[in-house]
Formats: sequence, C-alpha cells, structure tokens
Amino acid sequence: MAKKKKVKAVLMQGNEAISYGALAAGVNFFGGYPITPSTEVAEIMARELPKRGGKFIQMEDEIASIASVVGASLAGAKAMTATSGPGFSLMQEGIGFAKMIEAPCVVVNVMRGGPSTGLPTDPSQSDIMQARWGSHGDAPAIALYPDSVLESYELTIRAVNLAEKYRTCVTLFSDACLGHMREPVVLPDLSQVKIIHRIQPTLPPEWYKHYPENPKYISPLASFGEGYRFHVTGLAHDAHGFPTTRPDEVARMMDNLRNKIVHHTDDLVQVEAIAMEDARIAIFAAGITARAAKKVVVALRAKGKKVGLLRPLTIWPFPDELVKQYLSDVKGIIVPELNQGQLSLELKRVLGHRKTRKIVEVQKNTGELITPQEIINAMKEVH
Amino acid sequence: MPDKAEKHRDGQILSGEDSTVKMQVEVNEVKTEGDYNSSPVYIYHDWCKKCGICVAFCPTGTLGRKMDGSPYVKAPEKCIHCETCDRLCPDFAITGAKR
Amino acid sequence: MKKIPQKQIHKYLRHNKSFPHVWCPGCSNGIVLGGVIRAIDEMGYEKDSVAMISGIGCSSRMPVYVDFNTAHTLHGRAIPHATGVKMFKPELNVCVITGDGDATAIGGNHLIHAARRNIDITVILINNNIYGMTGGQYSPTTPAGAKATTMPYGNIDNTFDICDLAIGAGATFVARTTAYHAMEIQNYVRMGFEHKGFSLIEVIAACPVIFGRLNKRGDASSMMRTMKEESKPLAVFEALPDEEKEKFYPRGVLVNIDKPEYTEKYANLVASLQKKEEAE
Repeated sequence: MAKKKKVKAVLMQGNEAISYGALAAGVNFFGGYPITPSTEVAEIMARELPKRGGKFIQMEDEIASIASVVGASLAGAKAMTATSGPGFSLMQEGIGFAKMIEAPCVVVNVMRGGPSTGLPTDPSQSDIMQARWGSHGDAPAIALYPDSVLESYELTIRAVNLAEKYRTCVTLFSDACLGHMREPVVLPDLSQVKIIHRIQPTLPPEWYKHYPENPKYISPLASFGEGYRFHVTGLAHDAHGFPTTRPDEVARMMDNLRNKIVHHTDDLVQVEAIAMEDARIAIFAAGITARAAKKVVVALRAKGKKVGLLRPLTIWPFPDELVKQYLSDVKGIIVPELNQGQLSLELKRVLGHRKTRKIVEVQKNTGELITPQEIINAMKEVH
Repeated sequence: MPDKAEKHRDGQILSGEDSTVKMQVEVNEVKTEGDYNSSPVYIYHDWCKKCGICVAFCPTGTLGRKMDGSPYVKAPEKCIHCETCDRLCPDFAITGAKR
Repeated sequence: MKKIPQKQIHKYLRHNKSFPHVWCPGCSNGIVLGGVIRAIDEMGYEKDSVAMISGIGCSSRMPVYVDFNTAHTLHGRAIPHATGVKMFKPELNVCVITGDGDATAIGGNHLIHAARRNIDITVILINNNIYGMTGGQYSPTTPAGAKATTMPYGNIDNTFDICDLAIGAGATFVARTTAYHAMEIQNYVRMGFEHKGFSLIEVIAACPVIFGRLNKRGDASSMMRTMKEESKPLAVFEALPDEEKEKFYPRGVLVNIDKPEYTEKYANLVASLQKKEEAE
C-alpha cells in the first residue's frame, strides 16, 4: 500500500480562502476599496499580487474600483474586486457595464446586515436579489455562494473560470460569518484544478468581431494592445461594438446577453443534495445557513426522520429544473435564510402552490445566525 | 447652415457678393472642386457640414461661401498653404496641404 | 482614375465607421480630435499602443471614430477605467477624452485622485461650458449669468477653474488652450503623452448649436474668434494688471514638473520583491 501522502491541513479564514482561490485561478489584477467585512481580501491581494507580478490598486471608492477592474479586464487581466453591501450597491452601474460589454470580471460580495450601513460585522443574506436585479436593464447574472472555507476557495476559482468562459461579471457571495470564520482546510492539488482562460481570437485583426455574429453566444475575446484595436461601449452595439439603434442589431445583442446564460444552466448550475432520496421534508438553504441545516439533517436522520437538504451553490441562474426535480413531491420545504424571503420567493416562483406541500419560511435579519433548533421547530408546522 | 443671427458675424466681412444678407436656401448642385492639381484646396463635400469655420479663418480670403453655406475655392491664387482650414475643420472635410 | 488626396488624418479614422461624425456643424470636438490624431502621428506611436477611453457626453463620442484600442465607458468614469488599463498594461499610451461635466461634476472624485496618484494617463478635457448631449443644462464651468436649460434665469452657481483644480490635486502636467489654437492642441497633447505622469489638457471649446444659441454667442467662427480674443498666452496674461486679468484667461503650459509616476513606483516594488525572493 503506497505510503499515504501526509496531508497538510491549513487553518484558513474564509476571506483568505477567497484570495488564494483567486490567485490559484490566475487573477492578476485587484482594484478595491476597504469595507468591512471584506477588507481582508484586499489586504491579502495587496501583499500577494506584487510578489507574483500581478497588479493591486486601492481606488478612491467602489465605483472607481469596479471601473479599474473593467479597465484591466479590457487590457487582458483576470480582474477582481471584493466588497460588501454598500459597495455592492455603488458598483451596480459598473457591473452592468461589464455585463453589457461582456468583459470578464469577478465581484466578491461578503454580505453584511443591511439596509444601508446596517450591521457591518454581522452576517446577512439580504443581497441575493441585488445580484440579479441590482443593475438596471435586463441582463441575467451569475452568482455563486459557498458554505465553507474550503468551498470559498473552490467557488472563487469557479467564479473566475465562469467569468472567463461566459465573458461576464460573476458575483461570488460570502457573508460576514463565512468570511471571517476559520476552518482547517486541505487545499486541492492545483494540478487537478481546471483553470479556464478567455478564448483567444485565431483570425487576423481585420476579421475580428468583438461580439458573436450568430448566437453562438461566446466568441473569442481579444485584449487591448494585441493588434485587434476593438471598440467597446455601454450603448447598445452591433457585432463590431459600434453603437446602434437598429432593432434587429439590438435584438441580437440582447438575445446574446440572455442566451449565453439561460441556455447554459446545465453547465452553470450546481446544487448539493443531502439525504434527499426519500426525504419527506426538505430544507432549502444556502451559504452560512446551510451549515445549520446540515446539522439538522444529521440529527433527525439519526432519529429515523426522512429529512433532506437541497443547497444551491449557484444562486443565479436559479436552479429551476433541479428544484422541481428534488422538491416537487416532498410534503414540506423549510426555507431558512438571513433575509425576508429572497430565496423562498424564487422557490415559490418555480414550484407554485400545491395543497399537499407546505413551504415554511424561517427568517432572521438581526445579524444572528439561524440555529438548527429553529429549523427543527419550523418542521412542526409540516403535519 | 450659416448662423441666422446676422449681426453676430461681427466684423469679419465675408467678401463681396456672396455674403448671405437674408437666408434663402436655393440648393444648387454642389460639385466637388474638380481635380486637386488645379485647385490648391480640396473639399470633401460628403463630410462638410457647412459650418463656415474654414471660410471665416482663411487668412487670405481664398475660400468663399455659397448661398447654401458650403465653402468653395473663390481665389485659388491667394492660397498660401498655411493649412489653417485643414487644422480648423471639425469634419476633416478640407485639405490644403502643399503638394 | 480621379486622384483624391488622402488626408494624413484619414489613416487614423476607423473606415468601417460611418462619417461624417455625429457632432453638430461647427462643434469643436472635431478640431480637438484632429489635434489629438496629429499629435499621435507626429510622435509616430503605433496605433496598437494607443488606448483611448472616454466617459459619456458629446466629447466622449470620440473614441469610436479612431483606429486605436477604444472604450466608451460610463458617465464620469473614464479616468478610473483608464487607470485600470494603465495599471495592467503600463506600456500602453493611455489617454482619456472627457468633458467639463463628465470630468469635474460626476467624475470629479476620480479626476482629483488620478491627479494625486500621478498615474501616467493623458486627460484631454474638452470644456464647452455646457451639458451638450442632454440638451443644454449648466455645468461646473458654465459662466456666471450664462443661460442654460436648468439655469433659465442665468447661472447663479459658482464655477471651477479646471486647471487650478487639477494643479491643486497634484497634477504634474497641466495646460490650457482653445479650439481656435489648433497648433497648441497638437503640441500640448503631444507634451501630455510624452510627460511621465498625470497630464491634463483643457481645451476651451465652442458649442454653437446649444450654448452658443442659448447665449446668443453667434456661430462657431464667432465663438472661436471670442476664444482668440479672450485668451492670452501665459506670459502676456501674467503681465496684465490685476483688473485686466478678470477679462481674460491664460493659455499655455501652466504646470510641468516631474514626480515619480505611479505605475513605475509599482514596477519598482515588484522588482524589489522579486530580487528579495531570489536572495532567499
């Protein structure tokens, strides 16, 4: 038997895992601004990027931060920023611009109590809808949400990969608790980790079109200074990137922005199903709240209760098909979340109403976490 | 189109007969200025928006302005190839470069 | 075959973009674009090496027409986008095309911080004293008493002196000229590009169709003649007695000093860290 390679676990903080995940994914530009509870990401990037030849800059505000990230992305960088609620609000126009010009970048939102200044050092999950609808106009979003320090590392890599692959701005959720807590972590061996880079154009510059002509959705992406000399604009644009108001060209653009996400949910969506095979009552929870849900499933299964957990790792696009598949026939669905029902709103949209199935919401927005016991108490309402 | 506020033309007397006292737009067929070799200045009428800047700032009065406001080479012999028209044209619609 | 001369400038225009451009007859934006292109041509920059970033407004419609690496970003945010481009690829010659409202109203915070940081971008600020694109609202440089659609009774708001603002924030190259002085546009833009650090070139511009009409300033050439009369070369301006100074404004290179440039300082940091690593 080959000698078992001594596996070295590292005690790591959530925000730290996000930073090292980004570096592993090849992030070589960070433009950010201090904000509790995400500042550690900026601090680690400030320390690590110069050592690796990457670029770090602290900008004058969050609007400038997302702008510098998009600028760097245009110049060829794998660019990223990290913020929390108030900064995420300020960045919305910039995020919309990144989606519109299809420039890959990642925004980390370590959620804290809202609204406004709210509870800077306490967790919440109240920015879920903002990641989807925060920026004006219709352009679907990609948002991921881990539930552990290790998964923070892994989903950061995935967020960078998806940004490169789908040429858009990907939001990575965390929260004040998940971001600041520490866990022993065995990081994956990087040679096993697949790193995706934007598709390079193979055609000579005069044939290059910055956006896909036919709805193949994702086309090669050149960078500034490589001889392609393309134009990007936030205005509605044609395949060259030139402004247009022609309905047919605007239609092609809008379809492309939507279809490249909506028609690839199979690749984008990830859920974790625990003990769902014969579950009578299911818990639907994400992020930090899912940890309590996992405790409930273990405890009640030990008592022979048919309880399971369905956890979305991908918040946007919302896992409609998988929710239908797992949750259509259960008797009851408990939806614990640290907001006033943002995930349950989506759940009800997908599942609709059925007399034989009860949806019980467990909600908290005081900055405290939802406890396993509170989830168990909610199950009493499912007879 | 030349500015209708006539009195603000302030002093720069547009030469003689073609100064538009009253704005009647009689659109005559505007040809390009013929072969570049004969005329010192070439005007790209496709791009010219008739703003009148070249005519106003030509130091030697080489250029004149037609009824519809478009510039034309009135006195080719006066051109000194200073390229003022070339530099001040907002639409890159005139070139006076020395050949 | 009819021989039609190719203007030197045509080489730098995007041939798959429809001309004439979008600006109104007599608008100075075209003159500034001409000056910028002539400066770049004079320096012999490769078209590939130039990145032109703009915000939102009349002047910001410039980059789409030129055959460089171009981005038409968000209102007021051209400078931070350009900072990102320059930080990641310092070898690019990065310039920003912006206007008085775009740079000093919504974009004011980014302007002063980029100047403070002394990052090597060349900001060409076309100051026509009005928000032209949106139809004539007053801007931070609209003169006192001038009319605008949001100051129908005459502007009671105070104004910025853009060059003083940039100098106060630490800009290391600041120059002002007008659309009439096309040679100076070319020279100052060239000096701005060649300057290692934050450069700001303010070009006083004419907006005949909106500002000119609202304030009865005559046509484009009248407004440009006014620029010629109201601006004085720096030395002449400084020699004027104080009460005369009110009626004129100085043209020329107001500041041209050398300070360590941000991306260079960053590169030195990276180099020293790598050297330290090799030593270990």
